[in-house]
Amino acid sequence: MAVINLNVNGKKQSVDVDPKTPVLWVLREHLNLVGTKYGCGIAQCGACTIHLDGVAVRSCQLPVSVIGEKAITTIEGLSENGDHPVQQAWLEHDVPQCGYCQAGQIMSATALLKENPAPSDEQIETAMNGNICRCGTYVRIKAAIKTAATAKS
Amino acid sequence: MLSFSWLAGCKPAAEEALALPKEWFELNGYLKIGENGLVTIMSPNPEIGQNVKTSMPMLVAEELDVDWKNVIVEQAPLNTTVFTRQLAGGSQSISQGWKSLRMAGATARQMLREAAAKTWQVPVEEITTEASMLYHKASSKSASYGEMASAAAKIEVPKEVELKNNSDFKIIGTSRNNVDGKKIVTGQPLYGLDYRAEGMLVAMIAHPPAFGMKLKSVDDSQARTMPGIKDVFTIKSYPEDYAQQWCDVSSFPELVVVVGNTTWEVMNARKALKLEWEQFQDHEISSSTFWGTTVKVKVPGGLENSSQHAKLMTDYAAKNAKVVRKDGNPEAVFKKAAKVIERSYSAPFLAHNTMEPMNFFAHVTEEKAELVGPIQTPEFMEKSVAARLNLPLEKIDIQMTRQGGGFGRRLYGHYLVEAAVISQKIKAPVKLIYTREDDMSFGVYRPAYHALYRAALDADNNLIAFHVKAGGIPESPLFADRFPAGAVDNYLAEEWTAPSNISVGAFRAPASNFIAGAEQSFLDEVAEAAEKDPIQFRLDLLDRTLNKPVGEKNDYEAKRLAGVLELVRSKANWGQDMPNVHRGVSAYFCHDSYVAHVIDLVVENGKPRVEKVHCAVDCGIVVNPIAAINLVEGGSVDGIGHAMYSGLTFTNGTPDQTNFNKYRLIRHSEAPKAIDVHFVPSTVDPTGLGEPPFPPVMGALANALYKATGKRHYQQPYLGEGITLG
Repeated sequence: MAVINLNVNGKKQSVDVDPKTPVLWVLREHLNLVGTKYGCGIAQCGACTIHLDGVAVRSCQLPVSVIGEKAITTIEGLSENGDHPVQQAWLEHDVPQCGYCQAGQIMSATALLKENPAPSDEQIETAMNGNICRCGTYVRIKAAIKTAATAKS
Repeated sequence: MLSFSWLAGCKPAAEEALALPKEWFELNGYLKIGENGLVTIMSPNPEIGQNVKTSMPMLVAEELDVDWKNVIVEQAPLNTTVFTRQLAGGSQSISQGWKSLRMAGATARQMLREAAAKTWQVPVEEITTEASMLYHKASSKSASYGEMASAAAKIEVPKEVELKNNSDFKIIGTSRNNVDGKKIVTGQPLYGLDYRAEGMLVAMIAHPPAFGMKLKSVDDSQARTMPGIKDVFTIKSYPEDYAQQWCDVSSFPELVVVVGNTTWEVMNARKALKLEWEQFQDHEISSSTFWGTTVKVKVPGGLENSSQHAKLMTDYAAKNAKVVRKDGNPEAVFKKAAKVIERSYSAPFLAHNTMEPMNFFAHVTEEKAELVGPIQTPEFMEKSVAARLNLPLEKIDIQMTRQGGGFGRRLYGHYLVEAAVISQKIKAPVKLIYTREDDMSFGVYRPAYHALYRAALDADNNLIAFHVKAGGIPESPLFADRFPAGAVDNYLAEEWTAPSNISVGAFRAPASNFIAGAEQSFLDEVAEAAEKDPIQFRLDLLDRTLNKPVGEKNDYEAKRLAGVLELVRSKANWGQDMPNVHRGVSAYFCHDSYVAHVIDLVVENGKPRVEKVHCAVDCGIVVNPIAAINLVEGGSVDGIGHAMYSGLTFTNGTPDQTNFNKYRLIRHSEAPKAIDVHFVPSTVDPTGLGEPPFPPVMGALANALYKATGKRHYQQPYLGEGITLG
């Protein structure tokens, strides 16, 4: 066990955990931020996507010991009132079915739009290919990303 | 023709118009009204992504005549005294709740009207309502629902009330966004895996690595000493001489349990277990069916292999099977046919792979059992838990969380029993968690299927005989009375089953999820052999069923099946040649609904891409268009995905795929670029929608692929036949 200091959603946090614990489980079980989801544990489904200094990463295979000073952003910290343009676009298109993967989808989409404010269809597909939606809402996700891109520009 | 512009009607939900009231007044078990007019509607059924948590309360709100923006929705717990059929299965939530939910709203509205009539001393017949307001026109009196709620709650619940005419609907048929939308996109706790309680521990199980095996020995000496670990023990899946319910499925007689403080610690300790396994022998179990009758089921010993399954299926297909339906004299007609087409189709086991793996919270004390989590069959599982814990039913409390997918997997709630037994044993609140690997290797899978089809054409290319022989390991996918039964004079339907110790169960549109694709692919080949347009070929057959049906019992309405074919033909501009667009069609009936698909494939750099899916649906009245379209889109993507990519294979009883690195699910780049959904305008009471759009699209895909590449596909997943989408 080791005391590890983290910067999560702009707040300093301190956890006493096995340093190998994946960030996913630290967020969910030690910091009670359960918006970041467990789906596969091997970085194949994208449900656990968070931002590390603004870059989308899979938190399920990321040991908490390697984070250091980097800023973690989770779905809970994406916007103050849940009104990030991507979140708004998701609501406008009524994207979710079961909804379980959507936090990860949104985190991947926001990271994409930050890097590329007007992505092509192909660029969206490439950036989002690591996020599985078992309900098959892919068409709406793409439409919502395009709406968010328009809203931002 | 109805065509919903879902973007127009779906602005982001307005912030809640009203604050929480000081007091709630319960008018019946489905709803309560606050003094300020806010209404809480209970959503009775499990929400697995099919949108019932929005669309079922819409039915209540419609008859209550309430302003939807003043409605908040709560998930009801299991409560068999107030609610009926709290189940997510068979695409029946809306159809079965169509009357009861509307009655709940209508009786409450009547109580409000009676309260107003009493207060104003006027006849109740003269009280009208609109958008949460009560009016008496003659005296110009009005009051809000909130103002009358207290008085209404004291009125006796009326026995009989009139329901609205369909033409008066204000909410039903209009698009209403997901009531949990905001919580979903902001990551609020909603799912079973998110649930936590004071003092809660985490549990995981270790199960045999292969179907056909059982526990021999446990060495937990290392695991017990690891950080955060509370206990390691074994539990029996069933007591001795126990009739398990149909929904209480476990292939493994005994499980090893690790309990600790956190998921990570428990995961690590589980890896440190030294477990030995051995094969079990042939044996028999008692199982009660959905309808409650107890049957003996033989469980064969042995470690099964997919290669053996493939041979087994072709062997069975070569033998005579059980005749389920026979019209005319198919054997004789096949002998004299001008042309006979014979094809075989197969599909593998599938794992449901809900994105949220199986999990459940349990807190069992001597007084009661409190259970919280994702389950499609709470009412059935309550019985299993009661029997297993030896507690009366009334001491079992089941609450349902929002569920990260269902697809049939959560009809089978043995994980809920496991959680309860673990909590009882360690005398603490506990959440049982399956990892993805547990979920995929301890599944209740879609069976492996096989179907052999034969068709006989006469010299004029008329279909004169049709034969289907279908079977599976260990269940048959045959629906003997569905199309083209009824349309062919000489018809033979046979089925067979082969035993297996691999646990199977319902998977989105059970059996249809294979047979639709097989049958619709085959009909495409028959139409081609008959030199007919594939849509016209089907319509001609349906015309026969409609006007002069063969046989006494045909499950489908030929007119409605023809209706979706005609609609998709028109919407897709079928018959119009477009450069580099290759099209396939299919149509299928299941869960009382009718769906037809046309898929447009475009080939670029030698690779086919699904450019567009055109889909026509007849599911009766559409309650919530924006969500209905979403379900049809999702079902279409799901069908394309499973036909193309997914499959679970076994080597010596062990699943070869246990996570998404090997088990393929469709991804963004492989999904259709566009999906157009069209509903047949209807005044028929709603029928199923969660399942019907899933099966037929597989046939449309196979038929479009043939047009694009010249190659027919017979074995799912088609990926194994050397094709990918991009």
